[in-house]
Amino acid sequence: MSTLFESRPVWAERPSLPARAAKNTVLAVVTVVILLPIYVVVLTSLSPASAVNAAGGLVVVPGGISFRAYADLFSGGVVTRAVLVSLGVTAVGTLVSLTATILAAYGLSRPGSLLHRPLLFAVLLTFLFAPGMIPLYLLVSDLGLIDSYASLILPTAVNAFNLVVMRAFFMNLPGEIADSARIDGAGEWTILTRLVLPMSKGVTAVVGLFYAVGYWNAFFNAILYINDNAKWPLQLILRQYVQQGQQISSNSLIGNAVQGTASAPNLAVQMAIVVVALVPVTIIYPLVQKHFTKGVIIGAVKG
Amino acid sequence: MTERATAVAPAPDRPSPPARRRGTGRPGRGASLRARWRRDRSLLLMTVPAIGLLAVFHYVPTLGNVIAFQQYNPWDGVVGSPWVGLYQFERLFTDPRFWNAVGNTLVIASVQLVFFFPVPIALAILLDSVLSRRMRLVLQSIVYMPHFFSWVLVVTLFQQILGGAGLISQSLRGAGYAPLDMMTNPDAFLMVVTSQMVWKDAGWGTIIFLAALAAIDQNLYESAAVDGAGRWRRMWHITLPGLRPVIVLLLILKLGDILNVGFEQFYLQRDAFGSGVSEVLDTYVYHQTLVTGNFSAGAAAGLIKGVVGLVLILIANKMAHLMGEHGVYRRS
Repeated sequence: MSTLFESRPVWAERPSLPARAAKNTVLAVVTVVILLPIYVVVLTSLSPASAVNAAGGLVVVPGGISFRAYADLFSGGVVTRAVLVSLGVTAVGTLVSLTATILAAYGLSRPGSLLHRPLLFAVLLTFLFAPGMIPLYLLVSDLGLIDSYASLILPTAVNAFNLVVMRAFFMNLPGEIADSARIDGAGEWTILTRLVLPMSKGVTAVVGLFYAVGYWNAFFNAILYINDNAKWPLQLILRQYVQQGQQISSNSLIGNAVQGTASAPNLAVQMAIVVVALVPVTIIYPLVQKHFTKGVIIGAVKG
Repeated sequence: MTERATAVAPAPDRPSPPARRRGTGRPGRGASLRARWRRDRSLLLMTVPAIGLLAVFHYVPTLGNVIAFQQYNPWDGVVGSPWVGLYQFERLFTDPRFWNAVGNTLVIASVQLVFFFPVPIALAILLDSVLSRRMRLVLQSIVYMPHFFSWVLVVTLFQQILGGAGLISQSLRGAGYAPLDMMTNPDAFLMVVTSQMVWKDAGWGTIIFLAALAAIDQNLYESAAVDGAGRWRRMWHITLPGLRPVIVLLLILKLGDILNVGFEQFYLQRDAFGSGVSEVLDTYVYHQTLVTGNFSAGAAAGLIKGVVGLVLILIANKMAHLMGEHGVYRRS
């Protein structure tokens, strides 16, 4: 593959100077377009009132550092609560999703086993149509799940695509090891936990990341199912106080710890909420990135 | 509304070659039901949680679409609500807002096809040409990243840059010009939402093309170069033909998915741009129902979208099979 070459292959001509300049310019522009908004948001969230006022809004040139906005956010008000809700839903949801997905992917990884075809068909059929927003809402409502955290987890707990990717990966594992374990008397549960899972760390990390990001970013199911704003996840707070620009500087919203003292500028607080929504994703994702091609592409494309 | 359109979506289910099938020493399909039950019961048990969740949260609500043929009210439930035949559909087809939503959905899908679809291909070829492995990894981490941001976050970031109080307006004001608010101007809507899509997902979209590029036989390039083919001729005669199967497949899948232009992105910006340009089928369903309380009308609109979408996917797969590709499912 071309990506193996650290240097230019001997047969390739060196590109002309304008060509190289054009290529590097495009790459630089792409990088700046992606990183600049993030840089501005992070910098503004860390800026003291003087810098925000001097800039007349978003801060592009650093003018001092202040963690005041974050202190305000994490002093026990709505944002603190929303972060805890989002973290909790993400952690529990990812665990539920991964467990159900791994089990089913393994259970369906052996063609010819009992009910293999109809069950697999039932999973694949979900690719073809979505149930529709209204009937799903009525079902969640009839099950009494409105305003429960379960409503943010169960309806999206199993993603057929992730299940199929995982199954394809399991089916590509060498079968001989499992066969010999079986001859030695190992049951399916032992084979799954002791043999298959240790060989599947990459794909588990990738599928887990997909689920976790899905839960962390989930927005619309909370709009539908959560009326009680004490149970709002972070994305709804982000929408209300940043995208829709509702004032957050009132003390009841931020918590009592900082009452009476000069608070951080509203814009810095808003940008700090953006950063809080952004940080977990940007921390976890590079750790998993190296598995994207190894785990998923190989599982899906060559599977 | 499930997120199923990830870049690696095609070919999710390719059975492994028979030689690799596991359990070769065990009783096969011919064994008695009892023996198979005894052998496979733990495998069956393992599928229960996922199948149960799909049954409850996918299949049951799918059946719940029958309320599209009722005048549903929550007190009487599905069983007690009166049946009204095709009344909801008749009303729907005479509602100009429904046709507005259909029109917007098709316009947005076409714009996506023309202005979004080619970007990941070009970006992948560009990234693939970066020689330094380290540099390429860094660039890949950067361009993949926005895919993992929520739509609320992406829309918020765009607002901070392009909005009336955003960075561009701020600079214009500082330089003595009038501020420019692109985030509420209906004329800028298509441009803004397309840029958001490109910003968020074009990088992620390169994954599948980078994999296809890596699979092209390097000897082809070398022979072509030895035979005197220049850079552009090699791209035209080797690189693009190498990508063709993936491009065709994704294009067909996109056509089958044309009614799913995305939901949250439009929901979030509906107030700012107005429903005239930004109402799509999904937001129409939401606003018709959960705002007006008419569940049956919303279910009818959702059902139409679902049925048309299903037909489109089946047609798209038929086309994929005819062109020798695998599509999202196999006929085997």
